[in-house]
Amino acid sequence: MASAIHTVGLTKRYEDVTVVDGLDLDIATGEVFGLLGPNGAGKTTTILMLLGLTEPTSGAMEILGLDPRRNPLDVKRRVGYLPDAVGFYDDLTGRQNLRFTARLNRIDDMDDRIEALLAQVGLEHAADQPAGEYSRGMKQRLGLADALVKDPSILILDEPTTAIDPEGVAEILDLIRRLAVEEQVTVLLSSHLLNQVQAVCDRVAIFVAGSVVAQGTPHDLAADQIGHVRVEFRFAGDIDRSRTKLGQIEAVEDVTLGRVPNSLIATLDVGTLPGTVNELVTGGSQIVGVRRVDEDLDAIYRRYFETREEVIA
Amino acid sequence: MTEETETVRKRDAVLPTQGGGWRVVASKEFADHIYSGRFVVLLGVLGIATAAAVFAASGGIREVAQQAEDVTALFLKLFTVTTDPVPFPLIIFVSLLAPLLGIMFGFDSVNGERAQGTLPRLLAQPIHRDEVILGKFVAGISVIAVMLTALVMLVAGIGIFRLGVTPTLAEISRLIVWLLFAIVYVAFWQGLATLVSVRTNRAATSALIPVGIWLVLALFGTFIFSAVADVISPEDGSGAAALANAQTEHFISQISPINLFQEGSNVLLDPEVRTTGLLTVEQVDRAIVSELNLTQSLGVVWPQMVVLLAMTAGLFALAYVSFMRQEVRA
Repeated sequence: MASAIHTVGLTKRYEDVTVVDGLDLDIATGEVFGLLGPNGAGKTTTILMLLGLTEPTSGAMEILGLDPRRNPLDVKRRVGYLPDAVGFYDDLTGRQNLRFTARLNRIDDMDDRIEALLAQVGLEHAADQPAGEYSRGMKQRLGLADALVKDPSILILDEPTTAIDPEGVAEILDLIRRLAVEEQVTVLLSSHLLNQVQAVCDRVAIFVAGSVVAQGTPHDLAADQIGHVRVEFRFAGDIDRSRTKLGQIEAVEDVTLGRVPNSLIATLDVGTLPGTVNELVTGGSQIVGVRRVDEDLDAIYRRYFETREEVIA
Repeated sequence: MTEETETVRKRDAVLPTQGGGWRVVASKEFADHIYSGRFVVLLGVLGIATAAAVFAASGGIREVAQQAEDVTALFLKLFTVTTDPVPFPLIIFVSLLAPLLGIMFGFDSVNGERAQGTLPRLLAQPIHRDEVILGKFVAGISVIAVMLTALVMLVAGIGIFRLGVTPTLAEISRLIVWLLFAIVYVAFWQGLATLVSVRTNRAATSALIPVGIWLVLALFGTFIFSAVADVISPEDGSGAAALANAQTEHFISQISPINLFQEGSNVLLDPEVRTTGLLTVEQVDRAIVSELNLTQSLGVVWPQMVVLLAMTAGLFALAYVSFMRQEVRA
């Protein structure tokens, strides 16, 4: 099947700074793909290149089989874009802002569509309020509706959940997922909030300093891990004794306090985990929970990032 | 490939012909301007000031007209005559204040989008980038045209009421040409403000730069030009040197759009003016006072009109080019 977004060796250089370095992406139709990385990793620059809003220094790309450099309008007609820190015309209402976008896209039956979109992002009640009075989260929601006005085949979302409250995040992620599954919309989303990306993405690319350091499903990336893992133990009652005990176990390398009360985080070799639990139990510790904390992207990402820093150092 | 996988969306199938996106931008910008506070304030201030000036001028003209029988183009005198309470004629008033109009409708046209964060969203829509700036130009010029036309109508209305004289066809055509000239003049300032708004990121800065240029040219232009003329061709007390000095100064002053507009207006609105340059006593001695027709007047001010138009077009072109080359995230 033809891929929705395909890039080969995409590179962007500003004078002597390389912002994006030889990026290869291949995103299938209907896939939700997460571009993951810290601020300044080149995520937004990549997105702008895909939209034809900035010229790549070298490399090739195809969006739905089109080159954004040659056919920018055809690409922009099919790609909905929610920019990072999206803004609206403060004096116009939310609805008027969407109407303007619809007119730029020559959509005729815009009013029904806009009404439906406003309901979808949960802004019906504020539709006729000036956008200048919107909170950041509301603007973000309106931005999502704005990106959907043109009924896009591809949706590119730059930090879509940054300013939204947790409940809203769940709604937005749910909407993204639904669009991908029900309407076969391809979604490319960039984020530095990893657990959210994990919840919604089919595949992710971890993007550090302009290049992709790892790519795959969140599951693959977690399995990719070898050697030491971090495990959170939760205990009933006093943890001092358990802490001493843990420290004595040979396989355990490092013990720190966990984030939740009465918990400890130990670094150990993954093979020794059953034995460690056993020893703790025989030692009299009352374990109420054992959880690997580095299976989420957070840890994976941190690991890649740390590796990178070591290389630089 | 099955039908499922091919999921061609509605919009993929329909490919409307391109172009015309600037109209959407222009109509939105035009509406924004008309509803904006600055439009109301400017219209109010300029309207009151113009009405007051023309009311005074028309009083003066009545006195003149009563004494002399052969005053030509009486109606247009409204624009060119100086009377007691107002220290300068209406065309000077327009030449000094109208730049504000252009600056007001241009200074935040591009960096305003940047500040609001709407630029990336706008440019991600299926329109060419040049349509954005073209739409803004067109909207700005349209608003300026509407406002200037309203003000000229106001002047004409008060004039007819106070003088009891209706303008002749010749006077009306002169007025229309002058109005077009004035729109180009204000468009020059709009172009300047737009250029600055492309190049600077803060609205306050981009308002100050054109306002600064305007103030310097309006208030100190004369001093600057005469100082430069004194350096290039100094006076030594002889008549020839004085003439050369005056001619140099006049030549240099033509770089100021304010001077271009004032000279052009003088000729366009006063059929008796036959040159924009200097006349020596020998040249005017025993000259017969007679009127030029509009074509002849146009012949006299053609250079001023062309230069002003070229300067305006140049500024728009510069703004256009630098906008096209700019990064979205500048």
